[in-house]
Amino acid sequence: MAELEEQGEIAKLSLPVSIKRDHIQGKSDARVTLVEYGDYECPYCGQAYMIVKEIQKQLKDQLRFVFRNFPLTQIHPHAQQTAEAAEAAGVQKKFWDMHDILYENQQALDYYHLVEYATVLGLDIERFNNDLFSHVHAGRVREDFISGVRSGVNGTPTFFVNGVRYNDSWDYGTLLDRLLFIIKQKQY
Amino acid sequence: MQKSRISSSSASKPSDYVRYAPSTILKAGTPAPDFTLHTTPDQKVSLSEFRDRPTILAFYPADWSPVCGDEMTLFNEILPEFEKFNAAMMGISVDGVWCHLAFSKDRKLRFPLFSDFEPKGEVAMKYGVYRREDGVSERALFVIDKDGIIRWSYVSPIGVNPGAQGILNALESLNSQKEKVGVNKE
Repeated sequence: MAELEEQGEIAKLSLPVSIKRDHIQGKSDARVTLVEYGDYECPYCGQAYMIVKEIQKQLKDQLRFVFRNFPLTQIHPHAQQTAEAAEAAGVQKKFWDMHDILYENQQALDYYHLVEYATVLGLDIERFNNDLFSHVHAGRVREDFISGVRSGVNGTPTFFVNGVRYNDSWDYGTLLDRLLFIIKQKQY
Repeated sequence: MQKSRISSSSASKPSDYVRYAPSTILKAGTPAPDFTLHTTPDQKVSLSEFRDRPTILAFYPADWSPVCGDEMTLFNEILPEFEKFNAAMMGISVDGVWCHLAFSKDRKLRFPLFSDFEPKGEVAMKYGVYRREDGVSERALFVIDKDGIIRWSYVSPIGVNPGAQGILNALESLNSQKEKVGVNKE
């Protein structure tokens, strides 16, 4: 049976980033890939949202950013539906717009606000509603969640840098430094 | 010139408390020490009550860390995955029963929290995971099989939530070994 595992073992992304299923900002040949597992109702993810935006401004083409769902449904009552709403926007090609609106409005994630955001984004509301009520995207959200569990996600947000779980502080300075370090390494 | 000698018999004896603290975590193959602790102000539960099911025992330093997805919240979210293996989930820290009660309510936990409060950290010490300098337990995980034998154990750096992957791997291994040679019983 399993030996005592080494301290500080590496937690790795179990589901590789795929352009077929993931929400990605940036190109496949970017020097560094940052994956975030997040919950729209989690205040720490709200902070991380701002930090990632700043980092994206700094790193531009050198960074590829991927967002995956990790709703903590037991403590965040709106998290599941909100995640499905973002996916519903995604099938109508507006994932990132919706993702941003949600993080900018974390105190207003009830159903009526979700419809308001969908309306603002010009989505087909009938389709959006149908997706939510039929839970068309619940399977996708669950797939994200399980992939996170399998990868050693240990809270929200959890970041993976080039497929390895990032355990340090994700404050702007520390995270940016780590990404820059990796980018520099790849130049050799 | 005579050197003065301090008689060793006048030095204080190490207390049982000190002697009883092993420095290393119990490893796979060791029988899991039984214990009986409060899970609520008026209820005590023993580990041995969970014989015949795999058990996950998660030691953690303290309730109320200020993060959304702290370890207990995370395991609470992942509980259905553990239940697929018929595994019983348990958290244990040195916090008192009322603290556990409030924390459990706040995080809507669906598994018991054991209070390793009096004597402080005694169970953590039995498992080799007590941090005497801090007065809390390590962040340590144990997967115990239905015969009461530890099958996997892991200590995470105190500031790093270990996540659930190690536990799930261990539970899967238990399943795949079910049909194989039986365990050496003491």
